[in-house]
Amino acid sequence: MSGASGVRVGVLVFPGSLDDRDMVRAFARLGADVQPVWHKDARLPELDGIGVPGGFSYGDYLRTGAMARFSPVMRAVVDFAASGRPLLGVCNGFQILCEAGLLPGALVRNRDLKYVCQDVRVAVEDAGDFRAELPPGRALVMPVKHGEGAYVPDPEHKPRVAFRYVGGSPNGSTDDIAGVTNTAGNVVGLMPHPEHAVDPLLGSTDGGALLRSFLAACAAARARR
Amino acid sequence: MKLRVLVSLKPGVLDAQGRAIEHALRDLGHSQVKGVRTGKLVVLDLDTADPVRARALATELCEKLLANPVIEQYEILS
Repeated sequence: MSGASGVRVGVLVFPGSLDDRDMVRAFARLGADVQPVWHKDARLPELDGIGVPGGFSYGDYLRTGAMARFSPVMRAVVDFAASGRPLLGVCNGFQILCEAGLLPGALVRNRDLKYVCQDVRVAVEDAGDFRAELPPGRALVMPVKHGEGAYVPDPEHKPRVAFRYVGGSPNGSTDDIAGVTNTAGNVVGLMPHPEHAVDPLLGSTDGGALLRSFLAACAAARARR
Repeated sequence: MKLRVLVSLKPGVLDAQGRAIEHALRDLGHSQVKGVRTGKLVVLDLDTADPVRARALATELCEKLLANPVIEQYEILS
């Protein structure tokens, strides 16, 4: 928990977000100074990192994440990402970051058309700036819960793969990709939910390693500024 | 004037919904069905009577929001 104390983290809240409270709670538990940020806020408070939580922003209308991309807050989030500070997108947050062009690729309907809700094992490949506790090869068990989690890469932009499903993907993702990072390494998105894997009561605490790595990146970004 | 826009997944992208429909149709005995692709139809009611302008605007809207160029293609119908 050292290093994370005092790190200022914002968690975006869109209409239809539903994992925002779990994300706030998980970051707070790890010692961060965390606050929700409403999607209508065109100006961000002083933050060292931003989490984009899961859910069904705007009812998943048109495409998952498509509407949220145009929320007032997103322009500020794009600038935030360009400044090199850490941005973590989980599930619907991952979809939003892809739609916003902050991460390459897109997410489409699961191969078997079924909503999947289960624990998965992923292996770290290249976690970008979030490498503190995520060396390549480290396995993490976290839950997924999504209907549209099949990752499709942009043919013109090969992704830096952050996480890959071990033993096959639950959703038909191309090359079993579970999460990616951007070229700079400060934006990471994934379908599994680290914020739901921080308490032994729920079966795994592996998500804590990911969130602590994010907070370490936040602390490093803050020290640079 | 109104313009209809057809948005669908690009040929290489798995259309899980289309595939499920295809299987259902075959299960119903329609063995002549060789493939099914789905899409969505968006009807735009635009504040212009100029078809050239309307089409240009529809194209802009497709590029900006209606279609995701990574996975989708669009066609502007009349």
